[in-house]
Amino acid sequence: MAEVVLESIYKRFGNVTAVKDFSLNIADEEFMVFVGPSGCGKTTTLRMIAGLEEISDGVLKIGDRVVNDVPPKDRDIAMVFQNYALYPHMNVHQNMSFGLRLRKTPKADIERRVGEAAKLLQIDHLLERRPRELSGGQRQRVALGRAIVREPKVFLMDEPLSNLDAKLRVEMRASISKLHRRLGVTTVYVTHDQVEAMTMGTRIVVMKDGLIQQVDSPINLYDKPVNKFVAGFMGSPAMNFLLGNVQNGHLKSPQFDLAPSGDLAPKLKALEGKKVYVGIRPENLGLRGMSAIEEGDNIIKAQVEVVEPLGAETHILASVGGDQTLVARVDSHAQVAAGDQIDLLADLGFLHVFDMESEANLRYT
Amino acid sequence: MSRRVPGLHITWGRLLTHASLAVLVVIWTVPTLGLFVSSLRDKDQLIVSGWWTAFSTTERSAAGRINARDAVEVDGLHVVEGNFLEDPRRSIVSYGVSQTALGAFAPGETIDLEGTAFTLNEDGSYRWVSEEPFPEGARHRIFHIMAIPPTFALTNYREVLASESIDRAFINTFTVTIPATLIPILIAAFAAYAFAWMKFPGRQWLFALVVGLLVVPLQMSLIPLLRMYNDIGATFGVPSKTYLGIWLAHTGFGLPLAIYLLRNYIGGLPRDIIESAQLDGASHFDIFIRLILPLSVPALASFAIFQFLWVWNDLLVALVFLGKDDDQIVLTSRLRELLGSRGDNWEILTSSAFISILVPLMVFFALQRYFVRGLLAGSVKGG
Repeated sequence: MAEVVLESIYKRFGNVTAVKDFSLNIADEEFMVFVGPSGCGKTTTLRMIAGLEEISDGVLKIGDRVVNDVPPKDRDIAMVFQNYALYPHMNVHQNMSFGLRLRKTPKADIERRVGEAAKLLQIDHLLERRPRELSGGQRQRVALGRAIVREPKVFLMDEPLSNLDAKLRVEMRASISKLHRRLGVTTVYVTHDQVEAMTMGTRIVVMKDGLIQQVDSPINLYDKPVNKFVAGFMGSPAMNFLLGNVQNGHLKSPQFDLAPSGDLAPKLKALEGKKVYVGIRPENLGLRGMSAIEEGDNIIKAQVEVVEPLGAETHILASVGGDQTLVARVDSHAQVAAGDQIDLLADLGFLHVFDMESEANLRYT
Repeated sequence: MSRRVPGLHITWGRLLTHASLAVLVVIWTVPTLGLFVSSLRDKDQLIVSGWWTAFSTTERSAAGRINARDAVEVDGLHVVEGNFLEDPRRSIVSYGVSQTALGAFAPGETIDLEGTAFTLNEDGSYRWVSEEPFPEGARHRIFHIMAIPPTFALTNYREVLASESIDRAFINTFTVTIPATLIPILIAAFAAYAFAWMKFPGRQWLFALVVGLLVVPLQMSLIPLLRMYNDIGATFGVPSKTYLGIWLAHTGFGLPLAIYLLRNYIGGLPRDIIESAQLDGASHFDIFIRLILPLSVPALASFAIFQFLWVWNDLLVALVFLGKDDDQIVLTSRLRELLGSRGDNWEILTSSAFISILVPLMVFFALQRYFVRGLLAGSVKGG
């Protein structure tokens, strides 16, 4: 068990800097998720922690030890790869015990650990099989098992669920979370799927272009995104962004006139006369007359384009002024049809305003 | 070309493809078939007719001599008897007394030879009868056409296999071939792993250099190589023609291709597997022995076949690096000697070709399953 500390880590490939000034403290027993679009540097960072990539600059500590120049095998970590990376010519038992055998672990110890891990992952009946005789989900369990038997200080997981089908992914998501709770091993988990990040992480690192955008707990990331990227990345359907002008403390466009209250109002004064992005999540919009949101300087006029009834709720895709679109998440019994002109009420308490240039969230600047 | 032949799931296009494939296969295999048929034929026939005539009865003209010296007196008649045909399966088609009149008489017909009677029967037996004693020195040549039914025999093979020290030559060839196949594979596998998975400066350049060595022609470098070997050998008191020398020579000539082939294969193994092994605590040597070698069996087998065939069939390198004494002469060299300096012993050429093909064929069939089997199945997604 150990904490992992990254101090302004850089990774350069020739002229390209893949990871910039990455600083993070991963606490002991924490489940840390790196999330971001492809090419954001999350996997590179993970591979630096694993020792598979050299660290161009900065300091990496696992436990209390600086491990920049320690080879992967001496870092006391185990990694689960996206493609499982099982050894095709070995059976499940040999796959799981490979690392232990290399480390000359006593035979009885190997048997005990493999047996325990196999039982934990419910693969104890597959020990004699070769990887090619297993299904995708079983292979992934074997890959997890191979990491578990090593009893490492840190687990590294590189998009381990991305090759599984949707149903299996939900199942494995839960089992990995359970596993983490049970073993209590510090885990770093890379994914591009914000749902995985939200459901599994104790904390989430959102990355973009090699830079950390925000590090926080899932719910804080969702409620308090520091910039437009984080706000748009977390949540599905994504947050709506509308262009508006700041006039007399109101956010205005021909289709809406919103009067933010509370701590946002004084900050808007500084941007008087400027254009800003107005951000509002789909669930913070309601149909007039059918929503708990109170009316009062919070109407957005829109034209319905598509209605998507999902059963429990309905998504309305609507156009605002012809050139902008938004999604509203409303009660499934809403009576709307494509082409209708509707008035949407915005919950002003959950309104976000982003600067045009820096894209920073005005609430947290 | 998508019109369908009624009732069959073939299109004209596929038909054409299959037809051309069949034609190619025939063109490709017919010479070997011819060689095989020839090897089973009689050596006299082999010289005068092509192998494709071997399955039908052929006709050949020949001449037989009859001599009054052999005459015996039977019941007051002077008789010369005998048979022109050595093989009872042959038969006489027609005969005559001059080379231009081969078809003059049918077998069984009795003709007049200067006052004596001569009969040649279909089975080749003849009878020459005279009431008077034959004049001193009377003799004739009887020209005839004989029909030869298809004959196949293993005599050619017997001749080659029974020839002096052919068994020894077989052993010598094995002595050359097995180490000359294993040594380069071992070296090349190590080199290929290093080129594929170990990071060191100048790796790409070195690899390009190794591949570039493929262009060095063997014929040009043989003699300089031999001299170099001899010079180095002289300092250690090693004789000039040894098995070690030819092993090293074949290793040297085989390595560039081997490294090239194996590097491409080993470089294509999934990176994840190797990295996973690194995290599991494997050193480069562990990875090589426990992962790379077992997973590269198909590539190793293909190259083993290449190298084995090349060394087995080699004559040139063996002539340069090995002596021609019994303890060193290889099969190809021995067979060449059997052929004679004028290369006119056709029947030996054909049968020895098949005898020397035998071992490579066995090697091929023993290893070919490795080409087909996908060893990587199940290791990574889609693998």
